[in-house]
Amino acid sequence: MTDVSASILTTADGKPLKAALAASQARARRKAFMLVAPLFLFVVITFVIPIGQMLFQSVYNDTFSATAPALRQWFDENPPGTEPDEAAYAALVSDLRLMREERSAGAAGTRINYDISGTRSMFTGMARKADKLEPPYKEAVLAEDKKWDNPDVWRAMRSASSPFTIDFYLAALDMTRDETGSIVGVKEGQAVYKMLFGRTLFLSALITVMCMALAFPIAHMLATLPMAKSNLLMILVLLPFWTSLLVRTTSWMVLLQSQGVVNDFLVWAGIVGDDGRIQMMYNQIGTVVAMTHILLPFMVLPLYSVMRTIPPSYVRAARSLGATSWTAFRRIYLPQTLPGIGAGALLVFILAVGYYITPALVGGADGQLISNLIAFHMQKSLNWSLAAALAALLLGGILILYWLYDRLVGIDNMKLG
Amino acid sequence: MALPTYASPLEKAWYYTYHVICALIFLFLIAPILIVMPLSFNAEPYFTFSDKMLAFDPEGYSMRWYDSLLTFGMIAPDAVRDGSWWADAWHNAKWVQAAKNSVIIGFFSTLLATILGTLAALGLSRPEMPFRRAIMAVLISPMIVPIIITATGLFFFYSKTGLANSYPGIILAHATLGIPFVIITVTATLIGFDHSLSRAAASLGANPRTTFFKVIMPLILPGVVSGALFAFVTSFDEVVVVLFVADHSQQTIPRQMWNGIREQISPAILAVATILVIISIALLTTVELLRRRSERLRGVTPH
Amino acid sequence: MKKMLILSTALVATGFAASAQEVVVVSWGGAYEASQVEAYNKPFTEKTGIKVTMVAADNPASPLKAQVEAGNVTADVFDIEVSDAIRLCDEGALVEIDPAILPPAPDGTPAIDDFVDGALRDCAVANIVWGTVIAYDTTKFPNGQPMTAADFFDLEGFPGKRGLPKNAKRTLYLALIADGVPAAEIYDVLGTDEGVARAFAKLDTIKDSVVWWEAGAQPPQLLADGEVTMSTVYNGRIFDAIVAEGKPFDIVWDGQYMDLDMFAIPKNSPNPEAAMEYLKFATDTERLAGQASYISYGPARKSSAALVGKYKDGVTDMAPHMPTNPENMQNAVLDDPEFWADHDVELNELFNAWLAG
Repeated sequence: MTDVSASILTTADGKPLKAALAASQARARRKAFMLVAPLFLFVVITFVIPIGQMLFQSVYNDTFSATAPALRQWFDENPPGTEPDEAAYAALVSDLRLMREERSAGAAGTRINYDISGTRSMFTGMARKADKLEPPYKEAVLAEDKKWDNPDVWRAMRSASSPFTIDFYLAALDMTRDETGSIVGVKEGQAVYKMLFGRTLFLSALITVMCMALAFPIAHMLATLPMAKSNLLMILVLLPFWTSLLVRTTSWMVLLQSQGVVNDFLVWAGIVGDDGRIQMMYNQIGTVVAMTHILLPFMVLPLYSVMRTIPPSYVRAARSLGATSWTAFRRIYLPQTLPGIGAGALLVFILAVGYYITPALVGGADGQLISNLIAFHMQKSLNWSLAAALAALLLGGILILYWLYDRLVGIDNMKLG
Repeated sequence: MALPTYASPLEKAWYYTYHVICALIFLFLIAPILIVMPLSFNAEPYFTFSDKMLAFDPEGYSMRWYDSLLTFGMIAPDAVRDGSWWADAWHNAKWVQAAKNSVIIGFFSTLLATILGTLAALGLSRPEMPFRRAIMAVLISPMIVPIIITATGLFFFYSKTGLANSYPGIILAHATLGIPFVIITVTATLIGFDHSLSRAAASLGANPRTTFFKVIMPLILPGVVSGALFAFVTSFDEVVVVLFVADHSQQTIPRQMWNGIREQISPAILAVATILVIISIALLTTVELLRRRSERLRGVTPH
Repeated sequence: MKKMLILSTALVATGFAASAQEVVVVSWGGAYEASQVEAYNKPFTEKTGIKVTMVAADNPASPLKAQVEAGNVTADVFDIEVSDAIRLCDEGALVEIDPAILPPAPDGTPAIDDFVDGALRDCAVANIVWGTVIAYDTTKFPNGQPMTAADFFDLEGFPGKRGLPKNAKRTLYLALIADGVPAAEIYDVLGTDEGVARAFAKLDTIKDSVVWWEAGAQPPQLLADGEVTMSTVYNGRIFDAIVAEGKPFDIVWDGQYMDLDMFAIPKNSPNPEAAMEYLKFATDTERLAGQASYISYGPARKSSAALVGKYKDGVTDMAPHMPTNPENMQNAVLDDPEFWADHDVELNELFNAWLAG
């Protein structure tokens, strides 16, 4: 026994060294964790939980199920596809009376209207008459409004009678259910969201490419100039970065409007006539130009920090070995800047996809992005479940890009000037 | 990168084109910011240079829009400008109220973000930190998640918890948005941090508190201050969260600008913009000076 | 007795001054808000000591509904359209208002007889009658000015961009009028799918030339900046631009859309008593008449009409600028609040799909 213990290294106070080390390691880990814990908790409470709660609304909506208990029971007792009988209409009338009393017909109707456009007024209208209806209810209801015969309405009510639903995700992807309950695309003319997601991705990609094209030359110049000069020029990149987003958006409104500085200049220079002023605002041009300007520093900074580290001797060596300057640039310099291009492009794209303010102010009708639609459903149409579903899809996409960014670039390598 | 003597005519042509292109891009970056300054002195309520302005006629310029920043919202804007006029402006002028709110909210959210963020950055930069990457990803995410999603989430959360329409609510939200910047800047300063310095301090008998304040703090201070400035600017510039969770009594400068831009972009907005640009220049200068000081302190010489 | 009445009024007034120092009113911003500040808020504060805070919204019904649904009501009085007042009242979002508590006309006519038809609802009291009209920049059409709603859709005869509000209610009717539907039949046509398709088809003809606005203050600004040559606009705003600012604009009254605006109080508002005081005060005869001297909106009380005189400049007669002036009403579409209470959500959904597509 003594032999074994003697062969173990111990610390001065007799503890085995391994255990002491492990304990000290654990202590260090705990200490590090304790430093981070307050902030982590803070972010979870003020950020993660609120967003999680909001997203929960995309699959949970009880505005109909809570106001229509009798119908819910009828749907529970009868399998999908059952022809609504007298009992079903009796349940409907009893729920409509309840809605009349609780003044919830509008809310319930709005919920069904999300699925089938043009049905809200059926609820508010019939609820107003519900007290006067006499059995047999089926005939009484249909005599007042034939539209209650529509199996789609009954299918939508069945679906809404459970608070948990994926219908809002279907709606967010321009899909709906047909008579048999299978998932199909919505009618032409009502499809909006896929197109808007597409436009958001396309404009973000366009803005990213524009940022790349503009950032590359100046980052290269900044990286190759002597430090004193490049520091001065760097201010031109950093000042926009530090200037309020609203100020920059306002500036672009001043520049781009019909009677604005750019059009005035073009007219003065004779490039366009006074009546041929170019519409550059309240459309996609406005959104793309202003956002490119606003996001450009996010592209320049990572590119610059990568280009700084590329020794100029590589290109010189290539030239001395007979490469033309174009070949030297393409084969030697450009590949080395790829990490910077990747980091900048991903960051710009991620930020552009979620943009709200600038498109809202200068985008007009066709320069709106998906964020603007989320805001619209939050503030104007008040279809919060659909807003949450759209937000969840947008967030999902962004988190994938974020994960990609972390894998390729590493979050700790993010540079801010 | 001067032009080598052996350059071909084509290369020479490219060299000059390249410089012109770069100059144009720099112009694109800076012109929109500078253009608002002269226009904010326009005597006319328009957004373009009047003939008088182009002729540098003093009559084409005026301070009226700056004056309107003070008088807008006052009870008696046309009274004699004595003490009570200024008191009226201080208590009732909308832009003054907005400025006060912006400063209060900015100050407290910065304080919160800086303290929590710096502590966390110290923890995150320790090699022993468990789940470092995942935790870092969560802490940086407020910068990545679209602001509209954050704002709507907070709208529901605050409506339920009673934090809506209150200063604490907005301060907490702005602190969350500022935290990523503090973490990024402070961890950047800590990357070059030599941990043997704190061990040396400990071996010389300093307790952890002394070590922190005498050794670590002075070294990371530039990073902390620039992080704090970033956090302040984030709050000072933020409008979407304010749109969703604040009511009329917590209007900030950007919120007031948002109203102005949507309704009537009179040059008064440009006057505000000019003031904000000057503030940004001041902040940028501070951060640049700090960065250089930090590099000097840490012995990182510019190459 | 009279003395006691004065005393008790004074007591009540000071009581309010002590307990509720503020009432928050959400209105439509811009020149309209300015007129309300002058006509209602300043005298109200003078009389009761209660401070009035104005908050601007594109359409106050949106924040009202959002606040009620989120269970977080931050304002006391909302200035909303009739259809929204009916809908929100149906949904139980508003406080019911007994017309008996409203002050009678100076000649003693009770409020219920003094207000114009449809101005008193279960949960709301109208303050003004207003119109949405077409306005244009007179300097842009030297070869003849637009006269009808059809001219609004005539891009060749009257070149330039058009301004339209970004909602169904104030765009579809105009398209139908321009397409030849008589004003009286608008709702019959709009009630059918074919009618809606017809309106969108007409809007399609100018879709690419439209700048969409959301706040009532935007269209005069769009005209002034030269962003559009013609726009629909709330008639009081354009009056303000023409008379107060001297802009070269003019109005086409053909196909104007006439509506009432109402004050309503949401349930669970922060200062309910002060809100009711404000509502009673702002809708009395003198105040409604006074408002008409700041902006060209008609008062909702018959007894106020006689008191309407000149604009605040002292020279402009208000009557010809009112939406209720018979000459301006020749082809007016009257708001059908029940129709919109039922169909607003649905038609807006179609409108947004159309706009995005």
